[in-house]
Amino acid sequence: MATTAVLPERKNYINAEHGIRSWLFTTDHKRIALLYLLSITAFFFIGGFFALLVRLELLTPAGDLLLPDTYNKAFTMHGQVMVFFFLIPSIPAVLGNFLIPIMIGAKDLAFPRINLLSWYIYIAAGLLYLHCIFTGGVDTGWTFYTPYSSLFSNSRVIEAGLAIFISGFSSILTGLNFVVTVHRMRAPGMTWSRLPLFVWAHYATSIIMLLGTPVIAITLVLVVLERALNLGIFDASRGGDPVLFQHLFWFYSHPAVYIMILPSMGIVSEIVTCFSRKRVFGYNFVAMSSIAIAVIGFLVWAHHMFVAGISLYAALVFSFLSYLVAVPSAIKVFNWTATMYKGSISFSTPMLYALGFIGLFTIGGLTGLFLACLGVDVHVHDTYFVIAHFHYVMVGGAVLGYLGGMHFWWPKISGRMYPEGWGRVSAIIIFIGFNLTFFPQFVLGYMGMPRRYWDYSHMPEWQGLNVLSTAGASILAVGYLLPMVYFLWSLRYGKIADDNPWLATGLEWRTPSPPPTFNFDETPVVTWEAYEYDKMPLPEEVTLER
Amino acid sequence: MSDSHAIGETPLAVEHEARPELRHHFADEQQQRNAASLGMWWFLGTEIMFFGGMFCAYLVYRRIYFPEFAAASRSLDLIVGTLNTAVLICSSLTVAMAVRAAQMGKRKLQVQLLLATIFFGLVFLGVKGYEWSNKYKEHHIPTFHYNVVGGNGDLIKENSAFLGIDKVKNDPVKLAAREAEIQKHTQIFYSLYFALTGMHAIHMIIGVGIFSVITWMAWKGRFTPEYHTPLEIAGLYWHFVDIVWIYLFPLLYLIDRRPGA
Repeated sequence: MATTAVLPERKNYINAEHGIRSWLFTTDHKRIALLYLLSITAFFFIGGFFALLVRLELLTPAGDLLLPDTYNKAFTMHGQVMVFFFLIPSIPAVLGNFLIPIMIGAKDLAFPRINLLSWYIYIAAGLLYLHCIFTGGVDTGWTFYTPYSSLFSNSRVIEAGLAIFISGFSSILTGLNFVVTVHRMRAPGMTWSRLPLFVWAHYATSIIMLLGTPVIAITLVLVVLERALNLGIFDASRGGDPVLFQHLFWFYSHPAVYIMILPSMGIVSEIVTCFSRKRVFGYNFVAMSSIAIAVIGFLVWAHHMFVAGISLYAALVFSFLSYLVAVPSAIKVFNWTATMYKGSISFSTPMLYALGFIGLFTIGGLTGLFLACLGVDVHVHDTYFVIAHFHYVMVGGAVLGYLGGMHFWWPKISGRMYPEGWGRVSAIIIFIGFNLTFFPQFVLGYMGMPRRYWDYSHMPEWQGLNVLSTAGASILAVGYLLPMVYFLWSLRYGKIADDNPWLATGLEWRTPSPPPTFNFDETPVVTWEAYEYDKMPLPEEVTLER
Repeated sequence: MSDSHAIGETPLAVEHEARPELRHHFADEQQQRNAASLGMWWFLGTEIMFFGGMFCAYLVYRRIYFPEFAAASRSLDLIVGTLNTAVLICSSLTVAMAVRAAQMGKRKLQVQLLLATIFFGLVFLGVKGYEWSNKYKEHHIPTFHYNVVGGNGDLIKENSAFLGIDKVKNDPVKLAAREAEIQKHTQIFYSLYFALTGMHAIHMIIGVGIFSVITWMAWKGRFTPEYHTPLEIAGLYWHFVDIVWIYLFPLLYLIDRRPGA
């Protein structure tokens, strides 16, 4: 990548320095974002490989492709890689890292060296997890439920637990950097009410990272200690309480879902307003709903445990609070819709991804309400209904938002345009492949197909829907490979990008593409509101279409 | 790790040349100090959550297994614990005084106070090691020949009434069952005791490491009345680790001392 000098006469962050050392020891947030981009992409494909194994096994009712233990490892490592090594760092560490300082008019994050450190911690954790994969893997399910994980599992639980413990520090340091940067590094005139919604979303995300991650860290330490030293903290046969483990685990792991989805919501807010050529509808509500999600998101964790033997009254409260967290999410969806209303909408690739996000997230969110309802949850608990629900949120939501953001800011990151036609094709393929993969799983789950089963030969009538799902997964795989191919292609052959190809507002579009090392030649002074699209000219294609 | 940016080509470098402490991406020292201090406060927030998980587990189990937890808590050495608390409070005092000395620009005094801090920190760790070695001799460390029924570290003799031993002592079957329960449930207390104090000790060791660097910087005369942010930030961390102990001490040592409970 270091060789993609765009304009030889203009220095930017990519051609400012050359050689592998200039990347490995960089403290430039934009370069660190690219380091993260490469590493999380690698983990995305590792996690995808395990997903493929799971889907292939479920193609036929009999357990005939993998051994049962191997199947357990495949879905466990799919979950852990995707959650801890892809989804949680994905948008914050790549796009957040790249954009937050530029969006608020700063030269860098508040702690550039800590930013680099967080990447190295991530890599150390990733290598430890790879070691775990290659020396036998882990089979506890991504949730590490005790006492299976601490006593009975004959797999590499300690390595996996420590890897995730370590990766937590990378996430904490990233969150810390973002919060301090947003508080302390804003350019003159960049008031809180002028912050881009992308930044608001990351601010809320960072708060969750800071307050949630330490809890899973200490919980995993206790599990590792219990397993290594044969303690009884979470072992019911020795007086320990496995449900306490679940409480501590979900105290982080439910808010972690909002770590994944909030940044995507931030991206969608940027894209929808840009491609509707309208001010975002209800700026304050969209911004504050991010904070509300972060706060309420901490109070709903036990809805994962309705059948774990918690008290009915606790379950009622958690059920109510889980309904409550849907309110700020709904505010966002309604506001995006209202933003588009009577806007001059153009269906460029980022907008297609954003629209896909809105639809799929809405389905994911509404089925979340089914699960928040005590009675329904008892029926569909631990079935494919749950799997489908959270994939609609995490893949249909978080990943589509991530890809939309990658397309939207790719000209800024690389200085080149991706091929627009292929971009639209990829967005459509992913949307179709995704729905084909996961919609049948709602039906399967409602019919009673349990999650984590390797063999369903007692119910051969489930095969049809499973075949659909596996077929969808292969379409989805093509959809994910496409952007990777044409992004790489565009580095050399793509059209050279303008500073502001979308005619978007926002400070990141007022600096060259790619930006110089210190982002701006002079510290900008902000005198305008966010999203003043009513004062921006319409892009050419919109004017032509009229 | 120095900046890899080509600073020499930008006007920033000229502007920043006269102020070596000011890093390139900050506008002025005020902004840099505020960022550092806010960063440390948030980091301490994460530390509260980190210890919070263990405190939560401790309180849950203390409620479920109150008699066993009380008996085990009484086996901790009150005198040594109190001594260590005093040592730690002294170390926080010397940190605060070192910051003051930096504000007044007294380099020698700073170094002396910082060395005293490190000394108190090491004394604390030494005393903790002594306590743990006693626990080892009493077979109170889980998995290492753990035993609280009879032997060196017998917990039953002194607490037999409220442990419910007296009620069942004439029935050998029930007695054995109760003793097995006590064995298991006190082990949860000690697991959490060692996890909590161990995690605290790791923070102390990190603190001693940080303060060794800070002392070296102070000795080199790097801190002036205008610029001593690293010392202040490290001090915040030290005070935090101290405060964790201020909560641990009553929760682990003092809470169940009430006679006859």
